[in-house]
Amino acid sequence: MFTFISKRILEAIPTLLVLITISFFLMHAAPGSPFSSERALPAEVLANINAKYHLDEPVINQYFYYLGGLLQGDLGPSFRYKDFTINELIAQSFPVSAEIGIWSFLVALILGVGCGIIAALRQNSWIDYSVMAFANLGIVLPNFVLAPLCILFFSIYNHWLPPGGWNGGAWPYLIMPVIAMSTSYIAQIARITRGSMIETMHSNFIRTAHAKGLPKHRIIFQHALRPTMLPVISYLGPAFVGIVTGSVIVDVYFGTGGIGQHFINGALNRDYSMVMGVTILVGTLTILFNAVVDILYAVIDPKIRY
Amino acid sequence: MNLLEVDNLRVNFRTPDGFVTAVNDLNFTLGQGETLGIVGESGSGKSQTAFALMGLLAKNGIIGGQARFKGQDILSLSDKQMNRIRSKEIAMIFQDPMTSLNPYMKVGKQLIEVLMLHKGMSKVDAFEEAVKMLDAVKMPEARKRMNMYPHEFSGGMRQRVMIAMALLCQPKLLIADEPTTALDVTVQAQILTLLNELKNDFNTSIIMITHDLGVVAGLCDKVLVMYAGQTMEYGSTEDVFYQPTHPYTRGLLQAIPRLDSEGDILTTIPGNPPNLLNLPSGCPFHSRCEFAEERCVKEAPTLEEYQVGKLRACHKSADWGVAS
Repeated sequence: MFTFISKRILEAIPTLLVLITISFFLMHAAPGSPFSSERALPAEVLANINAKYHLDEPVINQYFYYLGGLLQGDLGPSFRYKDFTINELIAQSFPVSAEIGIWSFLVALILGVGCGIIAALRQNSWIDYSVMAFANLGIVLPNFVLAPLCILFFSIYNHWLPPGGWNGGAWPYLIMPVIAMSTSYIAQIARITRGSMIETMHSNFIRTAHAKGLPKHRIIFQHALRPTMLPVISYLGPAFVGIVTGSVIVDVYFGTGGIGQHFINGALNRDYSMVMGVTILVGTLTILFNAVVDILYAVIDPKIRY
Repeated sequence: MNLLEVDNLRVNFRTPDGFVTAVNDLNFTLGQGETLGIVGESGSGKSQTAFALMGLLAKNGIIGGQARFKGQDILSLSDKQMNRIRSKEIAMIFQDPMTSLNPYMKVGKQLIEVLMLHKGMSKVDAFEEAVKMLDAVKMPEARKRMNMYPHEFSGGMRQRVMIAMALLCQPKLLIADEPTTALDVTVQAQILTLLNELKNDFNTSIIMITHDLGVVAGLCDKVLVMYAGQTMEYGSTEDVFYQPTHPYTRGLLQAIPRLDSEGDILTTIPGNPPNLLNLPSGCPFHSRCEFAEERCVKEAPTLEEYQVGKLRACHKSADWGVAS
C-alpha cells in the first residue's frame, strides 16, 4: 500500500506538468489579452503594464517564469484584481466552496445511498417509483433554476433564511447553497446505488446468505453493502472534486464568495494566472481523489491488491 | 415418521408471458438418513423444488401444496420463522461454488456467522468449531484458510467450504443442488466421496439434485425422475436403474456414454424438453417418446403405485420395461 501511494504521488507530477503546459499555451494562443478592454489604454501605459507582467516577452519565456514561480508555491499575481495574488484569492474563496462542498457531499452521500438502498429493496413499489421520480427531477432540474426557487421559497415567501451572503459560514447561510449544490448529486448517487443494490441482491452469494437463515438487515449491511458501494465510490471521486470546487451558480445567486465564480470570470477576463491557478487546483484534487478512490477500492474489494 | 413429507408441491411463476408451472404436484418422502436423488434435464423443475423447500423462490413464485418437515408445514412459515430452520435444520449447497460464497468476506467470517446466529456461540468458540468443520471436509491447513478470501480458493475448495458451511449446525436435511456440476471430474469424485462419508458420520438426510445418473447410483437410496415439472418415475435407486419402467427413464439411462462400447453412436432422446409456457396435451413426454400412442396425446397419465414403493406415470403397462 505504501509503495502504491508513493508511486501515485510520483505519477502525479508529470501529469500535472502536462496539464499546466497544455493549459498555459492554449490560453495564450487565444486572441486578446487581460488588458485589451473596450477602453483603449494609452500605448505607453499598455507597454508598461505588459512589461511588468512579462507579456512583451515570448510566450516560452513567460511559461518558464510561471513554472519558476510555481516551484516556490507562487501562483502569480492576478491580472484582474490588482494588489491580489492568486494564492490570496484562492485562500479566500476555496475554504468557502470547500465548506459548502463538504456539507453538500455528506448530504448527497447519506441521502443518495439511503434512498437508493430503500428504493432497491422495495423495487417496483410506490416508494421505489417516488424515489426514482425525485431522482430524475433532481437530474433534469438545473441548479440555476433550483437556486432562485430556493430563495423565493425560503427567503421571500417565508423569511426563514437570509437570501444570500456568507457570514463566516453560519448555518442559515449554508442551507440554501447546500440544497442547490447537493440535489443533483443526491439524485445521481441514488440512481447508481439503486441499480447496484438490485444487481447485488440478485447475486448467488446473497442467495447463500438467505439460505444460511440470516436476518434481512444482516444480509443487507454485512453482505450486500460492500459490493453495492463499488460503483458508487467510482462516481464519488470525481463528484467530490466537482462539489468542493464549488459552482458559479451558487456563488452568483447566494453571493457566498466561493471559488466557483473565478472559473468563469478568470476565463472571461483573460486573467491568465487565475485560470492557471484554478486549473492546477482542480487537477491536483482530481488526481488526489482518484487515488483515494483506488485506495477505497482496495479496502472494499479483497481481490484488488496493490 | 418421515423426516420430510412433500405433498402435491406446486411451484408457479407469474411471468410477463403467462403463468408457468415449474413444479407440478410433486410427492415424495424422505426418512432420517435417507438420500433421495432428483434427476431430470435442465428446466425440469429440480432446482425450483429445492428453492421452494428452502423458501428461496423468486418473488414472482407461487407455492402450493405442503412440505412437512418433522410434521410442520414449512411452506406456510413466514420468512422469520423460516430463518430459524434454514441452515440450522435444513441446509443447502448450491450449483456454482465460484459465485455462491461472498467474495468480499473472509471465508472464516462466513462460516462463523452461521454458528453465532443459530447456536449463539461466541466468536472464539465459533472459530474453533468452524476450523473443525473445515478439517472434516478435508480442507488442508484449515486454520490458515479461515483468514483467506474465496478468490484464493479453487472451485473444489470452495465447494468444500460450502459443504462445511451447510453442515456447521449439523442439519437434519441437506439439499444439494447439482453440487458437482461446475467442477471437473476428479474433483467431482472427491466431493461425492466426501458427501457419502459425511452422510454416514452425521446421519444427515440428503436431497441430491442432479442430471448425472452416475451420482445418483453412487449416493442415493431413492430416485425421483422429473420431466416438465412432473414425476415420471419414483422408487428405490435399484429398482429404477435395473428395472426402469418409464420410457423417459430408459432414455436417460441409455444416453449415458459408455467406455466399453467403443465406436457406437451415443444414444440420445430426440427433441427438446417442452416449453413450460405451452405444455403439450396429454403426457408431456409424448412428442419425444418412441412408444407414444394416441392415448398419450389426449390423456395425461396419472402417477400410480404399480408395486409397493414404486410409482410411475405412463400409459404403457408396467411390465413392459421388465420384459425387454
